[in-house]
Amino acid sequence: MSKAQAAGRIETGAGEQSLSLSGEVGLADLPEIESRLSGWHARAPAEIDLSGAGRIDTSVAWALLSTADRMEDGGGQLAIVGANDSVARILETVRQAMPVPATEAPGRRGFAAWLERVGREVVDTAQAAAAFTGVLGLFVARLARCVIRPRELRLTALVHHCQDAGVRAVPIVALMAFLIGIVLAFQGAAQLRPFGAEVFVVELISISILRELGILLTAIIVAGRTASSYTAAIGSMKMRQEIDAMRTLGIDPGQALIVPRILALVLMLPILGLVANLAGLFGGGLMAWLELGISPAMFVTRLAEGTDVSNLTVGMIKAPVFAVLIGVIGCEAGLRVGDTAESLGRMTSAAVVAAIFAVIVADALFSIFFEQVGM
Amino acid sequence: MSGAETVIEVRDLRMQFGRHVVHDGLDLDVRRGEILGVVGGSGTGKSVLLRAIAGLERPAAGRITLLGTDVLAGDEAAREALSHRIGVMFQDGALFSSLTVVENVEVPLRSVAGLSAETRHGLARFRIALSGLPWNAGDKYPAELSGGMRKRAGLARALAHDPEIVFLDEPTAGLDPIGAAAFDALIRDLSHSLGLTVFLVTHDLDTLYAACDRVAVLAEKRVLAAGTLDDMLEVDHPWVQEYFRGPRARAARKEDAPRTGMR
Repeated sequence: MSKAQAAGRIETGAGEQSLSLSGEVGLADLPEIESRLSGWHARAPAEIDLSGAGRIDTSVAWALLSTADRMEDGGGQLAIVGANDSVARILETVRQAMPVPATEAPGRRGFAAWLERVGREVVDTAQAAAAFTGVLGLFVARLARCVIRPRELRLTALVHHCQDAGVRAVPIVALMAFLIGIVLAFQGAAQLRPFGAEVFVVELISISILRELGILLTAIIVAGRTASSYTAAIGSMKMRQEIDAMRTLGIDPGQALIVPRILALVLMLPILGLVANLAGLFGGGLMAWLELGISPAMFVTRLAEGTDVSNLTVGMIKAPVFAVLIGVIGCEAGLRVGDTAESLGRMTSAAVVAAIFAVIVADALFSIFFEQVGM
Repeated sequence: MSGAETVIEVRDLRMQFGRHVVHDGLDLDVRRGEILGVVGGSGTGKSVLLRAIAGLERPAAGRITLLGTDVLAGDEAAREALSHRIGVMFQDGALFSSLTVVENVEVPLRSVAGLSAETRHGLARFRIALSGLPWNAGDKYPAELSGGMRKRAGLARALAHDPEIVFLDEPTAGLDPIGAAAFDALIRDLSHSLGLTVFLVTHDLDTLYAACDRVAVLAEKRVLAAGTLDDMLEVDHPWVQEYFRGPRARAARKEDAPRTGMR
């Protein structure tokens, strides 16, 4: 039986299709046995002699019996003879446990399968959208309740999330915007210099950062940072049934988990956007000074004269909308986590992708909207 | 059964984590073909003992002989060879979550040289059936199975390479009584028909009465008593008395009386 001890002997018997096994035959001998049996056909009589076998293991028994089944299906017969008591018992146990393949309805193929997949995707997307509106509605309803009864607002949690999603994100957001400002000034200068229009680099920097890039890139960073952490936190609570426990204890998960998180983002994202704007203008101004000789004083003057405040307004109006999108997507993905660690990981990365995508789509819609209203 | 060879021999075992001593001077023998149930209160190191014998945990002192091989002294190759002769079923199955059940059961078979993919697959299907799972369970991922089915799949994987000894960690924990009884019967049948030695750690009194030939009680950092269930009633120790004479033990004993009598 064991592989460390001497393996069994496999010998060809008297007939054309006959095999004799002796000694202790086990899994390690199976490849040899299989290769001998594979050529056997159902037309001629076949025999396996086990009279010399002291022991066989279930793998060997399975191989013998499945060959016997195969030959019976072909109209032939395989005789297994000479088994001693213990071998016969193992053969009997294995015979009873032989698996019966389930006859499953064949799956669809080709175009039908493709159509089915597309249909499933559409339904899944529709359901995800419905779940998104569900969480959004929950947030708005609970927020309204907090306005009516301010005592229900979880202030500690709100402050905690403000710190986590807002204050801790300041360094990375500021650095990112600073670098973007530098890149814009540098590239802008290179493009504008041939026309002698270097001085317009100030407008280039200020309008693009205040109107679009500052808030958009901040939102993307926050989507990566915070949407994933919301999904992971809520999802792991869901996995360990903490959310069910809350419900049974009369604590509303919407009030306790969702409102503080999304509200914290709504409060913090405009501030982060403002920080990004300042850092971007600073980086751009610095580069304009070093590369084009536009002094800080001149930069500020041109900034005040050439750039309308509406650019900043346009940027800032988007911030709370992006915040709600990121927060709702993060929380909703957390609530959809199943009871395995695998689904937690899958939902976390899905939340980040969905949040970034939603922010970019919303930004595009805002562009069209502001174009139409003439801002 | 008393004449059977000893397949697990533990002598003077000392298990220690930092300054926390779990076992001290622990001796244990397991004979070929028997089902040994290891019981003990929470924190007495039942699972630690299983892990030490299976080579997953290294003792501070002592000697463990498994199938005639010294587990602690052997080199890498000897330990590797030994791992093909034992199977372990972990508490929640410990199935690889990225593989289907069939693929899980195929994993230990991959180390057999010369086995064709077709044979391996067929053999895995057979193990799954042997563990009492339906055919279509083989194509599922562990996350799609119930707790009881995961345990059966874990058993199928532990049995995949026809081991001589299987270690079962809490085989019936978390199962409903019907599922647990079916699992007990499965272990018993497999052990009897295949001559398998089973080392099982359990809290479940019903399992002890329904499946085990012998019982070892862990307490006071050692094996306090080892013997048949009837022997346990004679042991003069408060924990053993309470365990085997408590109301739940009486219920389990009564239920199983005809069957124990038969043996």
